[in-house]
Amino acid sequence: MTDTTSSVAPPYPTAAEKLKFYGLWVGAAVVLLLLPKLFSSGGSLTTFSLIGISIIFSLSYNILLGQTGMLSFGHAVYYGLGGFLVIHAINIIGANKLPIPLPLVPLIGGLTGLLFAVLLGWVSTQRSGTAFAMISLGVAELVASSALILRTFFGGEAGISANRTKVFRLFDWSFGPQIQIYYLVAAWTLIAVIAMYALTRTPLGRMCNAVRDNPERVQFVGYDPHVVRYLAFCFSGFFAGIAGALAAINFEIANSAYLGAVQSGTVLFATYIGGVGFFIGPIVGAIFVTILSLGLSDLTQVWQLYFGLIFIAVVLFAPGGITGLLMMHRPLLKAGTFGRVLPSYLIAFVPTLAMLIGLILATEIIVYYAVHSGDASHIKAFGVPFDAANRYVWAMAAILLVGGYWVARKTWTFVGHAWDDATSVAREKGIAA
Amino acid sequence: MLELIVMSTLNGVLYGMLLFLMASGLTVIFSMLGVLNFAHASFYMLGAFFGFQISRWFGFWPALLIAPLLAGALGAAVERFGLRRVHKNGHVAELLFTFGLAFAIEEVVQIIWGKSPVDFRVPSVLDFPAFTIFSTNYPAYKMFMLLVSIVIFAALLITLKKTRIGLIVQAALTHPHMVGHLGHNVGRIFMLVFGVGTALAAVAGVIAGPALVTQANMAGLLGPILFVVVVVGGLGSLPGAFAASLLIGLVQTFAVSMNGSLSGAFGPLSPDYAATWLADIWNVTIAQIAPIMPYLLLVLILIFRPMGLLGTRDT
Repeated sequence: MTDTTSSVAPPYPTAAEKLKFYGLWVGAAVVLLLLPKLFSSGGSLTTFSLIGISIIFSLSYNILLGQTGMLSFGHAVYYGLGGFLVIHAINIIGANKLPIPLPLVPLIGGLTGLLFAVLLGWVSTQRSGTAFAMISLGVAELVASSALILRTFFGGEAGISANRTKVFRLFDWSFGPQIQIYYLVAAWTLIAVIAMYALTRTPLGRMCNAVRDNPERVQFVGYDPHVVRYLAFCFSGFFAGIAGALAAINFEIANSAYLGAVQSGTVLFATYIGGVGFFIGPIVGAIFVTILSLGLSDLTQVWQLYFGLIFIAVVLFAPGGITGLLMMHRPLLKAGTFGRVLPSYLIAFVPTLAMLIGLILATEIIVYYAVHSGDASHIKAFGVPFDAANRYVWAMAAILLVGGYWVARKTWTFVGHAWDDATSVAREKGIAA
Repeated sequence: MLELIVMSTLNGVLYGMLLFLMASGLTVIFSMLGVLNFAHASFYMLGAFFGFQISRWFGFWPALLIAPLLAGALGAAVERFGLRRVHKNGHVAELLFTFGLAFAIEEVVQIIWGKSPVDFRVPSVLDFPAFTIFSTNYPAYKMFMLLVSIVIFAALLITLKKTRIGLIVQAALTHPHMVGHLGHNVGRIFMLVFGVGTALAAVAGVIAGPALVTQANMAGLLGPILFVVVVVGGLGSLPGAFAASLLIGLVQTFAVSMNGSLSGAFGPLSPDYAATWLADIWNVTIAQIAPIMPYLLLVLILIFRPMGLLGTRDT
């Protein structure tokens, strides 16, 4: 056992560590700058912008879920309100010719998110855990339904729109073309990510983790968990507002879907699938989920079902998310025992893949019979054409599904043994697993 | 005025009893397993769609029996093979699992039955006016719904108060760990309770299906209200859930039938403000804000009585 407490401050970072740390951020900035040079089509620029917005939104959500341990089902409220206020702000700035350039407008969204988090947060954060989850859901429903009643402000079902090119221009940037919007989103993403990372390093960020892990002890130390949760909630609302503002600028419209349950669910999916345990998790999740939702919808009609199943699979089998899975291997890599697990992965990969293909095939056949049983039976899913009425295809799906499951179970126990073996060797070498 | 009060009371009690059919299962599941089943309303929806499909094949009465059994079996399977696995990852993982499940069930229902409402009709035996009050016909089917919910309520009450299994469930409401220490097969009780709870929700679905709209978004519409009921009543309190169900049922039904607005009470707003958001608030009727009433109630309860009406436990 190692000591769990330490009375000395951690060592001051060496020059190499500092270089690595700042190099990482500079590298991220360079990548953001060069991305449009590599993928210059309009579609990919839009995708990058959406990913950037999603990254800010997911990271802001993780301030609640990952850092402070609060599961919110209504985070889209602050995102949506930020978006609506920004659309109104753009209209007002345009009409009155105020000297506020577009790059500063997302700040208005952020402040809106902050304001509403300050107003609604005090009641919401009184309790944590399940009660907080239910309260966030209730507040979200309240705001979403009110948005449909206050028609002049929220524009009812249709929403409200604005023209972003009518805003005061700095250096003659019109922000009409998508490339300029991309750079706007990229700059704000970088700023927000750095700010949120810095937040996790502050005493407040540390207290948030403490409140997540043991609120009772936090009270003994002399802090009020409610206040800590409230502050985390306010910061989270601020960054969610920025994300909503960028989304509103990107689409030039805000409607009630921004505030709705679907939006709240999507950010929860992205954050959790990416992994709540690490700072980088929500970033990975945002990229993964955005690309998945854009890509899957071209490949299959029932992409949302697959999306839900992926989420359930992550909750069941990989509660740490994608980053959690990857980070599990770090001690093994350090100890040099990763080679022991790798062969078992390769063996388990084949039947697992067979099982998944069988599952997809069976799902697509069922979907064919449920939705378009009258149409031609030659269907195409994931780019692969097959005949849904063919008995051999049915048999193949069944064999792949059942056989794959049966073999996969055996191989995964094998993986488990190899894993235990590799970690115990790593532990002997003194690398904590 | 009297007509309005009588009709709204009848409808409100009916709606409240339906809510309680679902909230009771949700509360007992929450108290025993510590997990708020996000997919509970999805089982209500599954009940309605199973009922619709079975009533097409065999008629309404077999459907009333088979659909809840099917949904209950599905619920038990979810507990046995899903929830029990994620239990070791904590309550957040459990809640997220049921959240994902609710999402997936909605998608599956949309794939099989489509997005538009299905034609789930009141059985012809019950398709007549039961009685006429104030020149309004009150449909017999609604009386049937009320009867079924009251019978189930009574059965639930007797089971909980007079039988051995009820004794264990009651004990588990307040002292879940002690029940386990006393040597009961907690795993099997959990599975049973989850199955019965989801079956109750499915009963509500089958009987509400023909009267309300049977559609793939019905779980999404009702789910949040169900959670409001459970939180307002007090998490884990069965009498609280009953009181809150009736309260929300009555509040919503009365609100829907009222047409008053601020402009009705204080006269129309000065035309200077006609185009501002103030006009929206001034002209909105109570009927229009009926859908947000439960959530307003939730926020008020949380401010003034965070434990809920009859709740005792903190989280």
